[in-house]
Order: sequence, then structure tokens, then C-alpha cells
Amino acid sequence: MSTVRIPPVLRPAVGGVRELTVDGGTVGEVLEAIYAEHPAVRQQLVTEEGELHRFVNLYVNDEDVRMLEWLDTPVGERDTVLILPAMAGGAG
Amino acid sequence: MPRTYQDLLAHARNEVPEIQVADLAARIAAGDAPLVVDVREQSEWDEGHVPGAVLVPRGFLESRIAGVARPDQEIILMCAGGNRSLLAGLTLQEMGFTNLLSLHGGFTRWKQSGNDVQVPRTLSPGQRARYSRHVLIPEVGEEGQLKLLDSKVLLIGAGGLGSPAAYYLAAAGVGTIGLVDDDVVDASNLQRQIIHTTDRVGMLKGESAKIAIEALNPDVKVNVHATRVNKDNVLDLLSGYDVIVDGADNFPTRYLLADASLMTRTPLVHASILRFEGHASVFTPYEGPCYRCLFPEPPPPDLAPSCGEAGVLGVLCGVMGNIQANEAIKVLLGIGDTLAGRLLVYDALGMSFTELKVRRDPHCPACGPDAKLEFRDYEAWCAGVGRHAATVGAPS
Repeated sequence: MSTVRIPPVLRPAVGGVRELTVDGGTVGEVLEAIYAEHPAVRQQLVTEEGELHRFVNLYVNDEDVRMLEWLDTPVGERDTVLILPAMAGGAG
Repeated sequence: MPRTYQDLLAHARNEVPEIQVADLAARIAAGDAPLVVDVREQSEWDEGHVPGAVLVPRGFLESRIAGVARPDQEIILMCAGGNRSLLAGLTLQEMGFTNLLSLHGGFTRWKQSGNDVQVPRTLSPGQRARYSRHVLIPEVGEEGQLKLLDSKVLLIGAGGLGSPAAYYLAAAGVGTIGLVDDDVVDASNLQRQIIHTTDRVGMLKGESAKIAIEALNPDVKVNVHATRVNKDNVLDLLSGYDVIVDGADNFPTRYLLADASLMTRTPLVHASILRFEGHASVFTPYEGPCYRCLFPEPPPPDLAPSCGEAGVLGVLCGVMGNIQANEAIKVLLGIGDTLAGRLLVYDALGMSFTELKVRRDPHCPACGPDAKLEFRDYEAWCAGVGRHAATVGAPS
């Protein structure tokens, strides 16, 4: 079980929580487990072709999975997966 | 038995070897660069000193010397006439310094012999009082404070992030602050935009901020740009500024600034906020990653609510805006480790700071070696129009 941190914009899709505890040995498996439980998350993160949107950054602990093994990056019990879309807010 | 001043001096002259002005001048001319510690008072130093010397007034000698030299290091002590430096030598010997020389004849003879004299630009007495807590910090000091006074920072947005950032940069004595905002102060801004006031509701935000800044610190020149930054004016706006502080409230402006920061090679201090969450980083063009190395594409509008739509904790703006001011000052002074290469994620509800690594993307469509950097239609791109075409050739 690893911890997944949910950004504010995705919280409505997971029942409002900031963190989930999810099974899965890789980042891809962790995401699939979230989609199974919370189908709305898939709609927001995945394209019609089934690819992750490029505006979604994923981190295992502090490292961007683009620099690791992308969705095959292994996730251990003590790891934290962070889903991070860009935020725009500032002046308004 | 009481000892007179002359007795003390004679004793010091026996204990502390001296160096002649001609020998010191020859060593400096040869590029030897010995450490010269001037023990006179600030006011004497301000009227001129040996180039490259370091000021440690004799009254602070014991407490400050460790920041200047190691006990085994050669130190050439000097004062106005060569007496205070001898007595300072005795003090340092008591502290275990072994490699000391005192400049015979001091600064007076140095100057009379026709050697170079450096007359420092200095803070005025009023500025020295105002910035005294900065001047005390070794990493800032008088030199750093003068640098801040010469610096120019452009803030995009005089709102949630820009208010605290501009206020603290002004207090810090950043000499020129540019404010780009075409909006007027609204009552709903005052929960977080602390540079504005209730009686200035309806006023242009730049003008309102200018009143607050001028009341706080008359050293600061405020340039109000009552416009929205766009691809036609961005290069003119950035021109002459040393650092950009991005406090924009929308993606088109953020991506435009990211590109313009690269084009003009101006460091970009980034922060963004939503509800209880803040992001901050520093993008140093072509040295560290850029905004698009971090976020190659903006999210679609439905995944990118503004603070106006989703809300934001007022205090969060203060935290993140001040992190921006902090980073801007470090960039201006060239000190410390900035957030370049790191994204700081602050969760105000959980009170946790998380650091994520940000690396330069070798295929970055903006700063990579094959990038063709040019302005685009940011509004359309961020709305999702032509997104696909814009990223052809970039890795997935």
C-alpha cells in the first residue's frame, strides 16, 4: 500500500480527500487502482486514446516519473505518489 | 604598575611586526592580494580605503574577525596612522592569530605615497538606519543593500501574490518596482491583497500599491503599467528589469512570461496558489529548467480553476508571495540556494512543505536545443485549440 497525494482539483473526484492509500507495485498499477475506485479520475487524467495527459505530472517521492520508468516506475510501501497538475492562480 | 598609551604602543611594536607602505603596494601590484583588514571606524573608511581591504572596526574586532580570517592566515592590519593597527595586532595575538603584520604609517602614508584609494559608494545615514538589519547580515551587508537599491523587479499582477511580494521587496529597498496590472481594487481583494486598503476600492491596483509603497519606503521608484501583459508588449515591459515575479492568475499569461523570460534571459520567480495549496520555483533561463520543462502543457480550463472560481486562503497568498520576494532577493544578490531546479509545494491545511525535483528537459519545446522559441496564441493554446500541433516533435 502506498500513499497517493491528490491535488485540490481532483479531490471532488475522490470524495474530497487529500490522500488515498492504494495497492499497486508500479505507478501504472496505482493509477489503475484509483480509476477502479474513482472512475471520474480517469476522465480527467487520461486521453480518449488511453494515454496520460501531458499536463499531468507524476512524482514518486520527489522524482518526476518522466525521469524514472514512467508508468512502470516501481512503488514501494513507503513511497508517496504525487499527482500534480499545474495551477494558475495568483493575482485574481 | 600603570602603563601609559606610549608604553602599550611600544610593547605592541615589539610584538607585532610591521610592513611598509611600499612593500604592501608592491605585493598588491604583483597580484598577491594579501588580506588587508582595516580597523578604523566606518566614517573613516567611507572617505577612502585601500582597494580590496576589509573593514572590521577595532571595537568589533574580537567578535567579527572569525568571519573574515582563519587564525593561521596572514593578515595585514591597518588604521589611519599605524597605531590602532598595532594594538589590534596584540588583541588578535591573544586570540591565537600568528601571522600578523601592521601597516606602518597606515592609510595616511598610503594615500600620501600616491597609491590607489577606493572611495566606496555608501548608504546615506538614513538608509543605514533603515536597512541596518540587512547590513548586519554578512550575506547582504552594505554592498548587498546598495545592490538591492540598484535592482529592478517587475511584478506581474498586484494581487494575491504581488501584494505581499511587492510590499516586502519595497521594504527591503529594491530600488525599482514595476507593477503590471490593469485591474482595479475590489472589496473582495482585501481578504488577501494587503497592499490595498478599503478606501482605495475602485482605484487601479498599480496606483493603490504605489501609494502604499511610497508611504513605506521613499527610496523605491514605482513604475505602474496599467495594462494586461500580452505578446505585443511583454518584451518592452521586461526590458531593463533584473527579475520577473510571476503572480499572474491565468495560464496564457504564465506561458507567455515563461517564453519571454527565456527570450530576454531574465530569471522568473514563480508561484501559484489555489485554496490551501501553493507552488513556488525559480526558473533561471538556460541554466536551470524552465516553466515548460516542468509543465509542458497547461491543463484544460475545467482542471484549472482560478482563485475567483475555487477560492484561496488569504494567508496562503502571503506565504507564497513572500517566498517569491525571498527568492527574488537571493537572485538579485547572487546568494544562497534558490528554488531553481526544485518545485516547492506547500499544503497550508496539512502544514507541510514538499520539494520536488525539476530537471531541464533535453527536449523542452521552449528551452531545449532544438526549440524554436516564438510567441504563440496563448489564449487559444490554453483553451486546447491547436494543442496537438504545437507539441509535434516533442516526446510524450
